[in-house]
Amino acid sequence: MTLLHERPLRRETGARPGRLGGRPPGDPRGPRRATLVALLLASATLITVDASTGALEPARQAAGAVFGPAESTAATVARPLTSIPDWFRTQSDLTDQVAALEEENDELRGQLATRPYDRAKLASYEGLTRTAEQIGYAVVPARVIGLGPAQSFSLTATIDAGSDAGLRPDMTVVSSEGLVGRVLRVTASTATVLSISDPESVVGGRVGDSGEAGFVHGTGGVGEKTRLDLELLDQTEVPRRGAPVVTWGSNRGAPYVSGVPIGQVTAVYSSVRDSSQRAEVRPFVDFAELDVVGVVVPSGTESDRAIIEADGELR
Amino acid sequence: MTLVRGVLIAVVISLAVVLQTSVLSGFAWRGVVPDLALLVVIALALTLGGRVALPVAFATGLLLDLVPPADHAAGRWALALVLAAYVAARFRPEDRTGPSATATVATVAACSFLATSVFALSGLILGDPMVPVSDLLWVIAVAVAIDVLITPLVMPPLLWWLRRFSHDPQPDLSPMRG
Repeated sequence: MTLLHERPLRRETGARPGRLGGRPPGDPRGPRRATLVALLLASATLITVDASTGALEPARQAAGAVFGPAESTAATVARPLTSIPDWFRTQSDLTDQVAALEEENDELRGQLATRPYDRAKLASYEGLTRTAEQIGYAVVPARVIGLGPAQSFSLTATIDAGSDAGLRPDMTVVSSEGLVGRVLRVTASTATVLSISDPESVVGGRVGDSGEAGFVHGTGGVGEKTRLDLELLDQTEVPRRGAPVVTWGSNRGAPYVSGVPIGQVTAVYSSVRDSSQRAEVRPFVDFAELDVVGVVVPSGTESDRAIIEADGELR
Repeated sequence: MTLVRGVLIAVVISLAVVLQTSVLSGFAWRGVVPDLALLVVIALALTLGGRVALPVAFATGLLLDLVPPADHAAGRWALALVLAAYVAARFRPEDRTGPSATATVATVAACSFLATSVFALSGLILGDPMVPVSDLLWVIAVAVAIDVLITPLVMPPLLWWLRRFSHDPQPDLSPMRG
């Protein structure tokens, strides 16, 4: 009792000996509750301010301007290294059908291993050129230099083209397979892209063969099993399974231009109670495996790099 | 000396954030990326203690919140990392021998679980991503597993470097308790 009284007051609030780590009280390097509380409050304040007003947009721009080029360099340097997991990913997607597909998998893996890296790169640019011709818009080619982690529960990517390349927010991003998403914000040399699979993404879609209109919602998640949710406006028509879904296009092409393939209907659910139709759409683009993408820009945009024009010409 | 130390820590943190957002996302499993920045913060808390680690954790979290392609309310990773750093500092051994391998892995697992959960919960409270809770739990479990998996690769060199760092003659480190 007397011992306790002799102690300075702050020691009673500090860590007691014998607790986790067993640090003696008054350790000069121990965490202080006041610091903890101050930092937690600071975080909470930031969250509130940013969530309600978006006042941190300038800070975001600044961070993007400083860290974007660094990410770009790191991604470029490490690209031969980061392409290694693609082999494993291919394998993991096939585990369900290992027995049946083992041979094919070996063959694919052999092809991947033997194909020089540059040829793959060339092929993806050629694919992009085909896309530009098919959808009839000019695109700025760009490469993905960073992906948001699943731990952030949003599907975003950084690409290495920014306002210098003629990019603006709310532009459509495509790849050789189909629709990727839209540009959220740009810095001088990078842009942040929101995937159509992000839970907050909504794209106006049209079922290719019947022309039915609806809204395609992202559900989160990446990989083979990712599905988008197609909510149809006309609730009497049933879309055919396997039917393609394309964008129907927004006003003046922002954020989505029309006629870009989104995915394929894999299943249709109808609710008897409210007689509504819901279709599952498998996206053509696997967001996690993106490399070369194209950003749809108005023809004749000033850019710091070659633009693939709608006729497939490089300008 | 403290200035040099501060600059070194800032460089390491920035490097970790850049690597995590650009290079490591190529190694993601089902989109879950190893939390390199979190591991650096934990290593700091385990060697230099909370007084250094807490502000650094806040700064690191803020960077993760702002650096592209982040698109959530800023401050969410800051909150998560500050809490993780506080817990990690509690695990810091009293002597300067450094934490044992088991203790390091346990700390990483606990802090990774705490940080990803706090981030996910803050999202639920803000109604930010409309992700089902089952998906949240799955991502948290995978994140903990991946962080524990990369611990043997990342933590020993980091801890070794930081321990040398803290052995520098510093007047405030001399034992003066009696």
